Amino acid sequence: MMDGSKFDDALTGEQKIRNFNINFGPQHPAAHGVLRLVLELDGEIVERCDPHIGLLHRGTEKLMESRTYLQNLPYFDRLDYVAPMNQEHAWCLAIEKLTGVEVPRRASLIRVLFCEIGRVLNHLLNITTQALDVGALTPPLWGFEEREELMIFYERACGARLHAAYFRPGGVHQDLPPELLDDIEQWAHKFMSGFMVDIDGLLTENRIFKQRNADIGIVTEDDILKYGFSGVMVRGSGLAWDLRRSQPYECYDEFDFQIPVGKNGDCYDRYLVRMEEMRQSVSIIKQAIAKLRDCPGDVLARGKITPPSRTDMKTSMEALIHHFKLYTEGFHVPEGEVYCAVEAPKGEFGVYLVADGTNKPYRCKIRAPGFLHLQAMDYISKGHQLADVAAIIGTMDVVFGEIDR
Amino acid sequence: MSEAMTELGTYLEAKRPDCVLAWDVTHGELNVDVAPSSLTGFVEFLTSDSTCRFSTLVDITGVDYPGRAKRFDVVYHFLSMYQNHRIRLRVSIREDQIVPSLVDVHPSANWFEREVFDMFGILFSGHPDLRRILTDYGFRGYPLRKDFPTTGYTEVRYDEAEKRVVYEPVSLVQEYRQFDFMSPWEGAEYILPGDEKEAEAK
Repeated sequence: MMDGSKFDDALTGEQKIRNFNINFGPQHPAAHGVLRLVLELDGEIVERCDPHIGLLHRGTEKLMESRTYLQNLPYFDRLDYVAPMNQEHAWCLAIEKLTGVEVPRRASLIRVLFCEIGRVLNHLLNITTQALDVGALTPPLWGFEEREELMIFYERACGARLHAAYFRPGGVHQDLPPELLDDIEQWAHKFMSGFMVDIDGLLTENRIFKQRNADIGIVTEDDILKYGFSGVMVRGSGLAWDLRRSQPYECYDEFDFQIPVGKNGDCYDRYLVRMEEMRQSVSIIKQAIAKLRDCPGDVLARGKITPPSRTDMKTSMEALIHHFKLYTEGFHVPEGEVYCAVEAPKGEFGVYLVADGTNKPYRCKIRAPGFLHLQAMDYISKGHQLADVAAIIGTMDVVFGEIDR
Repeated sequence: MSEAMTELGTYLEAKRPDCVLAWDVTHGELNVDVAPSSLTGFVEFLTSDSTCRFSTLVDITGVDYPGRAKRFDVVYHFLSMYQNHRIRLRVSIREDQIVPSLVDVHPSANWFEREVFDMFGILFSGHPDLRRILTDYGFRGYPLRKDFPTTGYTEVRYDEAEKRVVYEPVSLVQEYRQFDFMSPWEGAEYILPGDEKEAEAK
């Protein structure tokens, strides 16, 4: 019959409409690492998103239990390898809290300086690669050039571009040469008048960039609480929550900086927040350099948990024995448990440390902000188009070093 | 900071005496011991009570104490962005005990509980999707238990003949080295060689 009353022929097995499952990753340039998403699509709309993580799991927490406190420090560089020193900071703070060591002021200022450099490093990578995910090629090329300069500052402070191991329990490993401070200051001026203006001109009012990011991945206050967000994911939605301000650690309370917040909680607002945070970080960097110039002194709290100075080692037998014992046996941390959190560039990075009085941690849990952000992927990307998944992953700022641990 | 924490601890004990087994403030942090049966109710109270308002679940993790009868501690960290304080809940359980899941109160508990299950083998009742999360597909054992060797049991490599990745038992060319750096003067619990006679004489 051809009068249109019978449509059975359109319901053959092949023509029945069913949702389509695709694998996004584990090797996908927009997955920011080894992320495998199993996406269920209805046409181009994401119905369900199941992230499979753990492809970069190295068992850091298990390995830490059989190493001394000092040997464990470099593992933190390998978590969020985009801003390594911020992670070390949390570990040092946890040990210092348990042992009750006061960090000298100069070391504290150096830590703030390098934490803020880490924040700029992180946001540079995040903003520019997110722009790449939504179609812009130039920003990452420019951004990586700036990152390279910052990593040279890392190298001049500690000898390594990425895996710094520079922050030590009780201070920082070595003092900074005065020329390095001059160069960082010079860079800060150049960065503000050069790169920030350029990238602002490239992206902020860019029609395509706005179309791809505005009203995408909206996060409300309720979502923040339900999914345990922190960092830019919170500030993008209008909550002025920053651990540097609300629970100040190190000497952040004496610095003058603003906490930028977004209005709509979408990807575009988070981009704007990150841009402003970089400007604030550069301002903190300048203040820290000014403070460092009139604050000479030691950079390690000399005592049980830090090595003696080289001069002491040449003249004092006790200092030499202490040095030997520190780097073989390691220092002992009194029994107890602490949780120490820092405002890492991605959000609240915490270390829960259980010590049993020996030279090795009994248990160390690393709380990575990206873990919770990625968990909400299913919730946030539901109802978005497939192309928006890349924008959302980019804005969440996931790095698998810290998520998989 | 510590006074405020002590005040909060006293308040919690007064409000929910049935839930709080013990509490203390150490290193300026508030610790509360809770029984597994009263966990969900207590967390709901912490979330809704206006003095507490612990709105964010920061972390869930486990600690293994093989020597204890209640082998595991499940540790919860909460943060209040409104009152600006933190709390730690500790739930001690035996190896065969099940902990109620917090997913209904805090959806963020989902992956944390999966991770604790993956790493310690602790089961959570009422969890919608208790799969392994960080370890390999088909992994066996619970890596963060103290009786799990750091080297693991299997290793993987690509087999050129079979043209696929194969799993094999771990074979170490050299024994996994665990150096004992404990100072013989202050750290060692064992009897040092040569000191046996002294121990016998006692």
